[in-house]
Amino acid sequence: MLAADGTPLKTSLARALRRQKIRALALIAPLLLFVVITFIIPIATMLFRSVENQIVSNTMPEATLALQNWDESSDQTPEEPLFQALYFDLFKAAEAKEHTKLGTRLNYEQTGTSSLFRTTGRKLDDVGEEWQDPIEDIAPALKDGETWFALMSGRGDNTLLEARRSLWNDMVPDAFNGDVGLTLSDEVAGMLPLTAAAYSDWAIFEALEEGRDIAKRDPWEAVYVGLGLDLRNADTVAAIDSYSGPHAQDLKLLTAQLDQLPDLMFRDAFADLDEDWLDPEVWQTIKIYSPDYTSGYFLNAVDMEIGSDGAQMRPDNQQIYIKLFVRTLWMSLVITASCIVLGYPVAWLLANLPLRSANVLMILVLLPFWTSLLVRTSAWKVLLQQQGVINEILVWLGFVDDANRLILMNNATGTVIAMTHILLPFMILPLYSVMKTIPPTYLRAAKSLGATNWTAFWRVYFPQSVPGIGAGSILVFILAIGYYITPEIVGGTSGVFISNRIAYHISSSLNWGLAAALGSILLAVVLLLYWLYDRIVGIDNVKLGG
Amino acid sequence: MLDAALDQSFVTFDRVQKSYDGENLVVKDLNLSMPKGEFLTMLGPSGSGKTTCLMMLAGFETATHGEILLDGKPINNIPPHKRGIGMVFQNYALFPHMTVAENLSFPLEVRKMDKATREAKVKRALDMVQMGAFGGRRPAQLSGGQQQRIALARALVFEPELVLMDEPLGALDKQLREHMQFEITRLAHDLGITTVYVTHDQTEALTMSDRVAVFEDGRIQQLAPPDTLYEEPENSFVAQFIGENNTLEGVVTQIKGPDLCEVKLDGGEVIDAKPVNVANVGDRTRVSIRPERVEMNKDRLQEGAHTLRAEVLEFIYMGDTFRSRLRVAGNDNFVVKTRNAPDQLRLTPGTQVDIGWLPQDCRALDA
Repeated sequence: MLAADGTPLKTSLARALRRQKIRALALIAPLLLFVVITFIIPIATMLFRSVENQIVSNTMPEATLALQNWDESSDQTPEEPLFQALYFDLFKAAEAKEHTKLGTRLNYEQTGTSSLFRTTGRKLDDVGEEWQDPIEDIAPALKDGETWFALMSGRGDNTLLEARRSLWNDMVPDAFNGDVGLTLSDEVAGMLPLTAAAYSDWAIFEALEEGRDIAKRDPWEAVYVGLGLDLRNADTVAAIDSYSGPHAQDLKLLTAQLDQLPDLMFRDAFADLDEDWLDPEVWQTIKIYSPDYTSGYFLNAVDMEIGSDGAQMRPDNQQIYIKLFVRTLWMSLVITASCIVLGYPVAWLLANLPLRSANVLMILVLLPFWTSLLVRTSAWKVLLQQQGVINEILVWLGFVDDANRLILMNNATGTVIAMTHILLPFMILPLYSVMKTIPPTYLRAAKSLGATNWTAFWRVYFPQSVPGIGAGSILVFILAIGYYITPEIVGGTSGVFISNRIAYHISSSLNWGLAAALGSILLAVVLLLYWLYDRIVGIDNVKLGG
Repeated sequence: MLDAALDQSFVTFDRVQKSYDGENLVVKDLNLSMPKGEFLTMLGPSGSGKTTCLMMLAGFETATHGEILLDGKPINNIPPHKRGIGMVFQNYALFPHMTVAENLSFPLEVRKMDKATREAKVKRALDMVQMGAFGGRRPAQLSGGQQQRIALARALVFEPELVLMDEPLGALDKQLREHMQFEITRLAHDLGITTVYVTHDQTEALTMSDRVAVFEDGRIQQLAPPDTLYEEPENSFVAQFIGENNTLEGVVTQIKGPDLCEVKLDGGEVIDAKPVNVANVGDRTRVSIRPERVEMNKDRLQEGAHTLRAEVLEFIYMGDTFRSRLRVAGNDNFVVKTRNAPDQLRLTPGTQVDIGWLPQDCRALDA
C-alpha cells in the first residue's frame, strides 16, 4: 500500500505519528528518570546484594586461592601454605581494620567466627615479633626504616607494587590511588619475593592511608616475617651470596646465622592464638562462602543451609523464615477478606446514597487518609490493650469476665484488626468507583424479570462489581504483604510479618544480604500471585474506575 | 364508572396520587382502566407524570394514595418481582456480563424452569425477534437496534400478560425506530399481550396505540384512540400537543346549536366554530384548526361560510405537500398544508388570499 507521494503507507503513518510519540515520551521523561534514579537503580543494587559475596575473596585473596587446594569433605585441617597465606592476608586486613567486617559476614553462617577474627587480628603482631626480634639482633641495620627503603628501592617497572595495590583496592574500594614514592628493585623483588610483596603492601598503606614518608618509617612485622620465610628458601640464600646491591652486607649476616631464625609453623601459631583455627568446620564455612557469588543468603532465607553434602534444611528449632512467609501471606489474605466484607456495603451505600449524604460518608472514609499512619496505629494500641477501651467496654457490658480480658494486641488478632482498618479505604475507593458506573436500572430490570432482591444482587449487581473487588483486593493484598509499621507496633511476636524481619536485618543485624534475599523472595511471591491472579481472574477484569 | 368497568378491566388506576417530597403532587388523581390485550400509550412532555405512573405499575414506586389493580387484585403491596410484568427499559438494561441467551434465560431460571424448557423458550423468543443467530453474543457486541430486539425478547420470554415499555425506541435512529414501531405493535397484537407504552413522541403514540393517554401536569388530559385524539382534541393542550395546530383567540358571541357557535376573534373578524368546551356567550376561547383542514379554494367551502383575509408570508414546497405560512387575524404563524395536486394553487409570498374551513373542523376550546 502506497501513500499519495509513493512512500509506503506504513512509513508514512509512522512518520506522522513520530512527533506525537516523541512528545508523549518527553512528557513522561522527568518521571521516568526520577523513578529510575531514585527507585529502580537503588532497588536493583539492593537486590544484587542478595547474591553478592566478594568480601571473602577481597579481604583474604591469597588464603582464598590457597583454599582451592583443600578438600572440604576431608575433615582435615588445612596445611601450612594456607595458614601462611592467611597470616599475610589477615595482617593487612587487621591493619586496615577490615577483618572484623569479614568476621561479621562469616558469623551469619557460623556463630563464633566474628570473635575468632577479632581476637586473632588483635594478637597477630605477636606472631611477627617471633621473626622481627632475631632478625634485628643479627642485622641491627634492619631496625631502621631507611635501610629497608635503600634495600628495596632500585630499578624496576613496579609490576609487583601495582599488583599489590590492586589487591588493596579490592579490599577497600578505590582507597589506594596515588604516588607511593617507591620504585621496587626488580633484582631484590626476584630474590626476596615474599619480602618485596610484604614491603609493597606496607609502603602502599603507609604512604596512601597514613600519608607518611616511607623512606623514614620502619616497616611492619609482616615484612620481617616475609624476609624470614624467604631465607628458608635455598635459592634465595644462594642469590644473596652473589648479591652486591645496597645493604648486601646485612643480608649476608642473616644467611650466615640462619639457625638463629625461628622454625615456627603458622599452623601452630594460629592454633596458639585460637584453637578454633584447627576446626575444619570453620574452614568449610570459609570455603563455601569464598566464591564471589553465593546462594547462601537465599538458602538462609528459606531456612536452608549448605552442609558438607550440599543444601539441606536447618534444624527445626532454627527455622523461622518459611513460617514467617506463610504467616505473612495468610494474614494478608485474612486482611483482604475482612476489607471486602467490611468495605463492600459501605461502597454500595456510597454509590447509591443521594450526593449530599454520600459526600459526608466519603469524608468519613477518607478521614483516616489525612491522619498519620503512626497515630492511627498508636490509637489502636490504646483501644486494643487489655486495660484498653474495648476491653473496658466489654467488661462493663458484662460480655467479658474481668479476669479473662481479651488479648487483642501483641498477637495476630491485633495486626489483623489494625491493618484492616488502615487498608479499608484502599478497598472502598476502587469498589465505589466501579459501583458508581453500574446503573440502577440493572437491578430494576432483574426484579421486573422476577428475581428476588437477593438474586438480583447476586446474579446481576455483584458480577458487575467484581472488577472493583479485584482492584481493591490487589491493592490491599500487595500493601498488606509488605506492611511493616503496624505489625511492628501491635503485632507482638506472633503478629509480625516478614517485612519486620527484613527491617531487622537492614537496621539491626546489618545482614543486608539476607535482607535483600528475603526482599527478593517477597517480590517474587507478589509477582507470582499477580500472574496467578491474571490467569484466574484476568487483569482486564480489574477496574479502578469508570 | 369504575365499578362498572372493573369486570373487564385488566389494569386499573383508582384515584392514584403520587408525591415525592410531600409538597407537590407528581400524579394527581389518576383514574384509568385498561381491558386485556389493549395497547395503551402514555404520552406527554417530560415531567408530566407518565413515567412515574409506569414505575408505580411496575412496582418500583409506591402510590402515595389510591389503588392500582392488576386483573382485579390490588398490587400496591406486591413487590416488583412477584407482579409478573415484563418491562423494556429506555437503555435496554441488558446484563452486560451475560450472553444474549443467558439474558433471556435469566427470568426463566428465577422461575425455576428446567433446562430443556428454558432453551426451547429462549430459542422461540429469539426467533420471534429474528435474532436466533445471536444467542452467544454479549450485548456490547450488538448494535442498538439488535439490543432493542433482545430487550423486547427478554421482556416477553416469560410470557407475561402485561408488558411495560419506557421510551424503548428513544435511542434509535429514525428509520430503525419506524421499523421497530411496526414490529412491536405486530408482536403485541400477535401475542395478545396488554401493553403500556410510555413515550414523548406523538407520532409513535399515534401509529402504535389502540388508545393514547395524554399526560400533562400529573393528569390525563384526554384518553382516546389516536384518530379521535387528533381530530377531536378535548382541550387546547391536547390540540397543541398532538400534531400541528393553528390557534386563534377570541370570544364566543353566539351559540347557534350544539355543533355550531360564532366566535369574534381579537382582531374583530367573526368565524364559525364547533363549541367543545365553551358553554356560554362571552367565554374566552381558543379556536383550533388543523393546517390540512384549511381551505383556500372558495368553491369547496359551504354556502355562507365565513372567510378570512390572509397574507402569504412564506411558501415551502415539500414534494407531496405545500406548506404555506400566513398572517391571519394578527397571527403570523398560521400554517396551511395543501396536497400537491394539479389544480392546487402555488402561492406567492406577499399576495392576499381568502381562507376558510368547515365549521366542524374548527374547534372552540378552553382559553
